[in-house]
Amino acid sequence: MEYKISNRLRIGAIILMVLGVLGVGYGFMDAYSVTEDNITEYLASEDHHGEAHATEGHDLEKDHGHGAEAEVEGHELSHEEHVLHQIHNRPYAALYVAALFFFMIALGVLAFYAIQYAAQSGWSPVLFRVMEGITSYVLPGGILVLIILWIADSHIFIWLDESVVAHDTLIQNKSSWLNKPWFFIRGFIYLAGWSLYRHFSRKFSVAQDLADINDNSNFKKNFRIAAGFLVFYIYTESMMSWDWIMSVDPHWFSTLFGWYVFASMFVSGITVIALITLYLKSKGLLEFVNDSHIHDLAKFMFGISIFWTYLWFSQFMLIWYANIPEEVTYFITRIEDYNVPFFGMLALNFIFPLLLLMNSDYKRIPWFVVMTGVVILFGHYLDVFNMIMPATVGDRWFIGVPEIGSILFFAGLFMLIVFTSLGKYPLLAKGNPFIKESEHFHY
Amino acid sequence: METSKVIHAIYTDDDVLMSAVKKVRQEKHHIEDVFTPFPVHGLDKAMGLAPTRLAITAFLYGALGLSVSIAMMNFIMIEDWPQDIGGKPSFSFLENLPAFVPIMFELTVFFAAHLMVITFYLRSRMWPFKDAENPDPRTTDDHFLMEIAVHNNEESLTNLLKDTGAVEINIVDKDEDAH
Repeated sequence: MEYKISNRLRIGAIILMVLGVLGVGYGFMDAYSVTEDNITEYLASEDHHGEAHATEGHDLEKDHGHGAEAEVEGHELSHEEHVLHQIHNRPYAALYVAALFFFMIALGVLAFYAIQYAAQSGWSPVLFRVMEGITSYVLPGGILVLIILWIADSHIFIWLDESVVAHDTLIQNKSSWLNKPWFFIRGFIYLAGWSLYRHFSRKFSVAQDLADINDNSNFKKNFRIAAGFLVFYIYTESMMSWDWIMSVDPHWFSTLFGWYVFASMFVSGITVIALITLYLKSKGLLEFVNDSHIHDLAKFMFGISIFWTYLWFSQFMLIWYANIPEEVTYFITRIEDYNVPFFGMLALNFIFPLLLLMNSDYKRIPWFVVMTGVVILFGHYLDVFNMIMPATVGDRWFIGVPEIGSILFFAGLFMLIVFTSLGKYPLLAKGNPFIKESEHFHY
Repeated sequence: METSKVIHAIYTDDDVLMSAVKKVRQEKHHIEDVFTPFPVHGLDKAMGLAPTRLAITAFLYGALGLSVSIAMMNFIMIEDWPQDIGGKPSFSFLENLPAFVPIMFELTVFFAAHLMVITFYLRSRMWPFKDAENPDPRTTDDHFLMEIAVHNNEESLTNLLKDTGAVEINIVDKDEDAH
């Protein structure tokens, strides 16, 4: 089964990217049109729209939002300066959220792929080429995330702002971990490890296709490196989530955060596998994929959605219950300023998949899986949004041009890279020793 | 007491049994029952049995358990005696919801699991001290038995079953009131 990215798809992806760049560009221009000189007039013109907001805003923003700035003694920012920072942070944060979201999809698929090899699963080998196509985004997507972090600097990570750190003992105590060179060295190590695994697993998987029918050496190599990768992955994924996500709130920490982020990327990754599989199948390119495979993917979407909710709730309920002030601010900002996205994502990521994918028959109906999949993906975008935005833009969030532009850009890039990679090799990994079992998989 | 005749065809291999079931169904004979020592994958489909609705009952029982837990805790913790316990907000159910979720979850699972199991026992008529309905003790070890009612067609039925590879064919009088 050969596949070549169609011209329509390529052009569509490029249009998405162009629209995205325009949106992101507009976001930056719009944000930087507000400067120290006209911030007072800007806020005054806003007050005409809602007077309550101005009085309430002033008190609240001191307590949360970019908490690190406001709390420091002797380094009090005026309300105007504080708001200006938030306005300027927004396009960076919007870009970062979208970059991270799409990167984590590819990384989640890579973990899923490695698990399939390590578990020697018999049902999934027909989907290996789809997974390999998606993981081709790991390297470019990861590089983009690091570049955005490098450029955004203290717009996303307050601990990169030396004037803040100088007055903040808490961050100073963490600076042996949270400092710029070590942060980027770590990012480089993670990315190098992940892409090396992806490079070799793809190489061995393709080599297995061409090997003699009795020669399983490439499969065995893949099995071994998958086991090794999973050990590496579970450490680096956890550290990645501290570095790239948790450190936007450098005063806050949570021990199960790494798992929580993992569940989020894992379920979005599986959802994307299902969506792309259904797309290719609808083109008649994956005849060997039957509805039992779709059923299994949908079961994973269902199960991991509930796993995500379990971790979300465990983190939330422990902190809510104990109500320790330095921890609970994290959720207070989210409940007060992000009420709809914060609880909305719970409906999208938990209640929707729970009710829609519970029925065994529904898991085999393509449009049902696609519909639920789109809801899950949107829910997990909101999840990343809720993790990054409160620390960078505080209550000045909106899903507007910069956010949508960033999503469009990365969606286009993701599609372009993934579908180009899908076209490189046949869609059936025919050399895999489990491929016959997988083709006849029936549940 | 009315008695009727049934044929017991005994097989020693589940694959042979499966093809026999398909063949007997093709010939439009009604299979009363099949006794096997272990679950034979796909036998229910071959026999044309309707799919089970046990999962649906479990969902409903789970919903019942969830309602019970909500009603119980709302009454006890919020309405009947809303004490201040360690500063937890017992002004409304929603405000104190996270503290109730573990119990809501457990009761949902408890109701779904136990009531479904009891439903299963009732529907399949299983209880302690019940007399076993086993036509031949060998079917709990290594033999498979197909039971077909006889309506004055003993000979053709016997020939058909012999063709399907039955190792033993018995015609027995069946006591309708035995179970």
